[in-house]
Amino acid sequence: MANPAREALLDPLFNNNPITLQVLGICSALAVTTKMDTAVVMSIAVIAVLTFSNFFVSLIRNQIPTNIRIIIQLTIIASLVIVTDQILKAYVFEISKQLSVFVGLIITNCIIMGRAEAFAMQNPPVLSIVDALGNGLGYSLILLMTAAIREVFGSGKFYGIPVLPIVSEGGWYTPNGLLVLSPGAFFIIGFFIWALRTWKPDQVEAD
Amino acid sequence: MQRSAAYSILFAAVVCLVCAVFVSSSAVSLKSRQDENAYLDKQRNVLIAAGLAREDEVLTTEDIQERFGPVESVIVDLQTGEELADVDPQTFDQRAAASDPSTSSEAPDNPAGIQRIPNWALVYRLEDNEELGLLILPIEGKGLWSTLYGFIALDADLETIRGITFYEHKETPGLGGEVDNPRWKALWPGRLAFGDDDQPRIDVIRGRAGPPAEDPYRVDGLSGATMTGRGVGRLVRFWLGDEGFAPYLNSLRKGSRG
Repeated sequence: MANPAREALLDPLFNNNPITLQVLGICSALAVTTKMDTAVVMSIAVIAVLTFSNFFVSLIRNQIPTNIRIIIQLTIIASLVIVTDQILKAYVFEISKQLSVFVGLIITNCIIMGRAEAFAMQNPPVLSIVDALGNGLGYSLILLMTAAIREVFGSGKFYGIPVLPIVSEGGWYTPNGLLVLSPGAFFIIGFFIWALRTWKPDQVEAD
Repeated sequence: MQRSAAYSILFAAVVCLVCAVFVSSSAVSLKSRQDENAYLDKQRNVLIAAGLAREDEVLTTEDIQERFGPVESVIVDLQTGEELADVDPQTFDQRAAASDPSTSSEAPDNPAGIQRIPNWALVYRLEDNEELGLLILPIEGKGLWSTLYGFIALDADLETIRGITFYEHKETPGLGGEVDNPRWKALWPGRLAFGDDDQPRIDVIRGRAGPPAEDPYRVDGLSGATMTGRGVGRLVRFWLGDEGFAPYLNSLRKGSRG
């Protein structure tokens, strides 16, 4: 893995996943994963914000005064999030209604600030974009897997289409109510972390 | 990189200016589209409450406008129950009216959690052979976390519920958020809103209610959402009661009975 671009893109998927290894961005991962459609839109929104914020921060990284760098990053991120929210309200109104406050909360998603501070401040713009895409995809991967499990077993549907006939609609499947609640996502993400660390034991933290 | 304080301040000012221009220009350029979306969504919910559109139907702007054609918007004075013909419903914003002290009054303590009552309200009527066929009333009130905004449709007898829908709320998805579930909403039509004394009686109970013919005043609760269900029952009764649309409903009843 000598190629830094390749590393920046692929590392965050499994080796250095923002959710499972760094345990960042958990709040939104719990909140928007009851259904696939909200998880997909949220993933796209996070990837877009992350990519632009990394790009802009990297672009002016040599001009940013060190003592106010965090607040500059936050200003850029907040502006991007507001614009993203406006675009969602204008073009996918229904889904933006369901995502409600969580789009706005992308501002507080640690992944975005974490990448701006840890990567974009030290690296050139193009590489920062690649890093943002990698981390965004790593986040999305966990989000979509969690949402798929929660929607199928929590409400018997996938992307709004019934796959398991549920009892209240005359089928045989009793939906698991825990999965539609936020704690359900905690268990699923916990299982992901367990599985990933069993597969890659070097991710296990020392006691 | 350590720089002078003047540089930091200048830099911050430039970043803020650029971001402000970026944010405000996007907000301004998308505003009309967003307002249109919100307006259409509200109309769509009126249609759903009235049974003129199904929940899962994908409606284009033209569909909504076409089906909304026969629906008549009317402004009602809540205290007197009169219809105000000289007020343009197009420009009336009930939520703005409710928060403006000059067009609203403070609500007495009520279980629906309503703070202020507007003097006027926007209702929708659907005519059937030049008589009232269907009346759609706006409702709002507290659930568990949030204020729910919706519509309830009453039959021409002003007693039988024809539909209910909520177009804005922030209840827990999967629990209280199930007020949006078409299967739950389908439990409402056919039930009776008022008891024999013309007082609102409809309630959302815990557990299951019988079919409308046998158990006309009760609706099934939503499992895991006792508080939201209780809130819905209270807010519906509030708006059908004396502080809400009772004077208007009474004047309509008089008109049709007398």
